[in-house]
Amino acid sequence: MKPGPFDYAVPDTLHEALQLLSGTERDTKVLAGGQSLIPMLNMRLARPELLVDITRIPELGRLAVGDDGALRIGASVRQTAVADDPVVREGWPLLTTAITQIGHPQIRNRGTVCGSLVHHDPAAELPAAALALDARFTVAGPGGTRTVEAADFFLSTFATDVEPDEIVTEVVVPPQPAGTGWAFQELIHRRGDFAGVGVAVLLRRTGERVGAARIVFFGVGSTPVRVPAAEQALIGSGFDAEATVAATRAALDPQGDVHAGAEWRREGAEVLLRRALAEAWERTA
Amino acid sequence: MSTPTAPGLPPLSEPTAWHTISLTVNGEPVTAQVESRLLLSDFLRTRLGLTGTHTGCEHGVCGACTVLLDDAPVRTCLTLAVQAAGAELRTVEGLTQDGRPLTPVQRAFHEQHGMQCGFCTPGYVMTCTALTERACRPDDDTVADELSGHLCRCTGYQNIRAAVRQALDERYGQQEETS
Ligand code: FES
Ligand code: FES
Repeated sequence: MKPGPFDYAVPDTLHEALQLLSGTERDTKVLAGGQSLIPMLNMRLARPELLVDITRIPELGRLAVGDDGALRIGASVRQTAVADDPVVREGWPLLTTAITQIGHPQIRNRGTVCGSLVHHDPAAELPAAALALDARFTVAGPGGTRTVEAADFFLSTFATDVEPDEIVTEVVVPPQPAGTGWAFQELIHRRGDFAGVGVAVLLRRTGERVGAARIVFFGVGSTPVRVPAAEQALIGSGFDAEATVAATRAALDPQGDVHAGAEWRREGAEVLLRRALAEAWERTA
Repeated sequence: MSTPTAPGLPPLSEPTAWHTISLTVNGEPVTAQVESRLLLSDFLRTRLGLTGTHTGCEHGVCGACTVLLDDAPVRTCLTLAVQAAGAELRTVEGLTQDGRPLTPVQRAFHEQHGMQCGFCTPGYVMTCTALTERACRPDDDTVADELSGHLCRCTGYQNIRAAVRQALDERYGQQEETS
């Protein structure tokens, strides 16, 4: 369990980091917290020739709320720093909750929010949270900077819309309207494992009816899965959890793997959805 | 602590394959040449001779390799030595010295018999040490979350929990039994 040989560079500026990634034939990987990458190096599932450590680039270490009210999380900001931030907990409690369910504290003390998102394990918490919260990614490359919406960012297992010569410099999470109810739930065999299945729910209330809904599952496919049919069923019916569960059942097609069987995931998704809808509704104002 | 050097530098394929890093380990400044791929766990054990940090799984599952990096518990098998440049590390060896009293956390593990073979113990002791360095007492759920980052194949965990409870009681005052 030792990594194969590689070179390592630790640039001070984004410009320098991008230069290291571009115009090279070498298999190069960006390193931030390393909590997904280093296990793969140790098991030699990844054999990069050069690691570019971006954690000493000052501008990537920022965690701040912008003038537009959006939360901006720089590429080297550790998960613990975000989870412990009172401003984040106040404005984006779903995000705080999602982070505290990642791995273990000892992992979150090193792991970064952006790193987990770019790595994109489809059973991981943060991609689902990012999709539910309409996050967007700032991606810097040799030709400049582009913005990618979460809905377009996650391509498939371990694949995101980031080219080898690009770096995600931040994830931007829009402000949540006041009164938004939320829930983030997952089923796991042991604390700290990847989720067998999980769900993120956001609800807004219009009187006694659901005015807007967002329902995103994870652990049920090769990306986090939003279920518009379930959202529509919930909105159209006022608040009919069973209609929403039925729409979900029709939409999801989870596969079995070493962690959990397909039937267990299907059933788990429905159980979690009922719980999450009730919890999120309770939290609406 | 003597300053280690790279054992017989092999011919370099690339100029960035070796790095000189400076960091603080148990209060002592250390400067060393390390290969890019050297894990922090192996740096501590094989280069500094600090074999109290154990390696069980070397892929982030067991927690035996936990040390405090800038006061936070981290897994050294998931950290490269080069990434620790400039950091302050504390390992189990730094807690006390021969002939000096044990720290309250070490004493709690001793008195509550919080170990059997002892393989997992240095990791637990470091995480528990960090738990006693907070501004106020961590709640039961936080303690459970922190301990979940460690595996023990021997004890069945009950004595470890008792040890942690004793250490927290000693540091923050008694707490009513909640679980
Ligand atoms: S050796 Fe590091 S977690 Fe097991
Ligand atoms: S005491 Fe043996 S593994 Fe914990």
